[in-house]
Amino acid sequence: MAQTHRSVAPLLDIELIELDRAACCGAGVIAEHNSVLDAILKVKADTDGSIGVRCSCQQGICGSCGVRMNGKPGLACNTHLDEAARRGAGTGWNPPDEGQQQETVVTVEPMGNMPVIRDLIVDMDAVHWRKIHRVTPWLINKEPIPEREYIVPHDNMVDVTQTMACIQCGACVSDCLSMEVDPEFIGPAALSKAYRFVGDPRDAEHHERLKDLSEDEHGIYDCTHCFNCIDACPKGVDPMSQIMRLRRVAGSDFDIEDRNNGHRHERAFVKNIRKNGLLHEADLLPDSYGGKLDPHALPELLGSLPTIATALARRKITPKTALLHTHKAPKEVKALFDEVDGRETRNELNLYVTGYEDDPVHPPHTDEPTPLEPPGPTEAKDDRSEQTVGAADREPPAETSAPTVGAEDVPRAGAEDQEPPTSEEQE
Amino acid sequence: MKVAYWPGCVSRGFTPELHGSMSKVAPLLDIELIELDRAACCGAGVIAEHNQELADTLNARTFALAQRTDGELMMNICSTCQGAQSECQERLDANSDYREQINTNLGNEGLRYEKGITNKNFLWLLVEEIGLDALRERVTRPLTDLRVGPFYGCYIVRPVDRLGIDEQHPRDRYLHMLIEALGGTVVDYAGVYKCCGFPIITMNKEASLAQAGRHIGDALDAEADCLVVPCPLCHLNLDLQQPAAASVVGHELGLPVLHLPQLVGLALGLSPKELGMGKHIVRPTSVIDWSTSVVASAA
Repeated sequence: MAQTHRSVAPLLDIELIELDRAACCGAGVIAEHNSVLDAILKVKADTDGSIGVRCSCQQGICGSCGVRMNGKPGLACNTHLDEAARRGAGTGWNPPDEGQQQETVVTVEPMGNMPVIRDLIVDMDAVHWRKIHRVTPWLINKEPIPEREYIVPHDNMVDVTQTMACIQCGACVSDCLSMEVDPEFIGPAALSKAYRFVGDPRDAEHHERLKDLSEDEHGIYDCTHCFNCIDACPKGVDPMSQIMRLRRVAGSDFDIEDRNNGHRHERAFVKNIRKNGLLHEADLLPDSYGGKLDPHALPELLGSLPTIATALARRKITPKTALLHTHKAPKEVKALFDEVDGRETRNELNLYVTGYEDDPVHPPHTDEPTPLEPPGPTEAKDDRSEQTVGAADREPPAETSAPTVGAEDVPRAGAEDQEPPTSEEQE
Repeated sequence: MKVAYWPGCVSRGFTPELHGSMSKVAPLLDIELIELDRAACCGAGVIAEHNQELADTLNARTFALAQRTDGELMMNICSTCQGAQSECQERLDANSDYREQINTNLGNEGLRYEKGITNKNFLWLLVEEIGLDALRERVTRPLTDLRVGPFYGCYIVRPVDRLGIDEQHPRDRYLHMLIEALGGTVVDYAGVYKCCGFPIITMNKEASLAQAGRHIGDALDAEADCLVVPCPLCHLNLDLQQPAAASVVGHELGLPVLHLPQLVGLALGLSPKELGMGKHIVRPTSVIDWSTSVVASAA
């Protein structure tokens, strides 16, 4: 029987070049190296055809198969069964208890924070896409529109590359802890999308976008820094880092005062550390509301009185620790604040762009690091030179204080699974 | 062992019992603390949100000060410090050009950060350096029948890669392992790995306290006697703000929240008073009968 194909082929003038080193196709047997999606589809095919699951490309590109596997969100198609099995109910790796077998059960559940339509299918329209629409997810052209294409400086596009890697799978939305208590929070996916346009010099509405997202009580200042979205994202978008960048541009570049005290809190915190070296909490609270004498601060301070009174009664805080600044910042610390914070351009390092030096596969640097070229004649056409705010961290560095890091366009490890440019990148 | 000790800000501010209990517990574990008293706040993510280079410079300065001591490694007692400092260290260690720039900032003070500092939260140090077996041997008052809910918070368990959590270092199980090593019973509940809500307390107070209130409620439903936290900021929202959180979630709470060194200190024989437990808003002594052994009250 096994020889039949070899006997028949010559009769049909077919020359067989046998792939004798290839491995078994699996023949429908599911093993640890198969994906969770393989397993779901196998169960659907063999056991229960009614199981509802959404999937398409099976290549980690289309973003359809977001689910929770042993409590952690991700794509079913690019998570191996053995990896999923090792995830316990915690956040990372949970080894078996002593003397017990490695856990081999993979529990698959629908994503969180979104209503379930059926089985593993959640209503992305009701939550995820509604939020994406909320952030005006398209470019609003600067006028006048050039006769030919827009010319955008290279590092401006590099800067937004990370947000472009998003495949809209909803894994970050699933486990957003702010959204869990505040379903109106715009959330990690949509805010990352917002940065994609705030970071694009062709967009005309940076200020409006940031003002809108700062003023919204469910906007950029509603994120609690819980890092869940960073671990959830299968594409390395780091949504929380994009939210922090939105805050940085809104606060430091556009100086946008918001009714949520977001920018005031950040300013108060920085001022507090510059002065005291260590945080002086008794000042931070009123200053976050605009200062002890600010009308906004009064109701908040009055509201906090019972808490303060109990803390005083328990000697958790004393009038001395509350009122006196017992700790003063060393003059060297003050000098660092003045020097670094006083620079005209902010210096940022994005490891998504630069990679890690120790990575043997994708070394980000040659021996001679190539400093970024100053803008050439074509780039000078870009009218961003007039835009002194909003672009500080994205301006090509000046030659003297050139922050060469963060400017190299070198993929990090794992970037090989980057999908080809989307239509968005080709705008 | 000798460690360069970074207590952070809040442990010396609004949760003085944390720093106090750490200094009581350290000698019992033969840990010599070399306090980094000239170092500045880690920025808690807020300074990085304002200016990344500034946050990286401040933390590189702290690392450089630690490297000047003869401590074997740097130890902190605040998850937020651990998370914020690990983020800065990741950038500093990943790129020599960037590190050089930051070191140039530190040059005026004659300080320099050399790549690769080991900076561990007290929790990590307990498990990885001291070892749970060695700890078990020192327990004089096992936490018998005490039902403890671990509350990891965020900064010490995420992101998994940056914090070095893997099969060899299951740092997201260390609180569980520690509670058991001290003789207590681990209570699993929905909030074990969730956020206390503290970072948005001034921006969205209701959402912030709803998070704290929900997790405390979940732990009470699971019949926990107390929570243990490795982060003083979590403690602020879970203990100091607990009465306010109770009114946001609309039901009574009343769950004591212990700092990590306090839990260890109890098992090592220190009294609640020595550990500063009287300073808590929800007094642990209201729930825990510690006079003979640490037995949860029948109530």
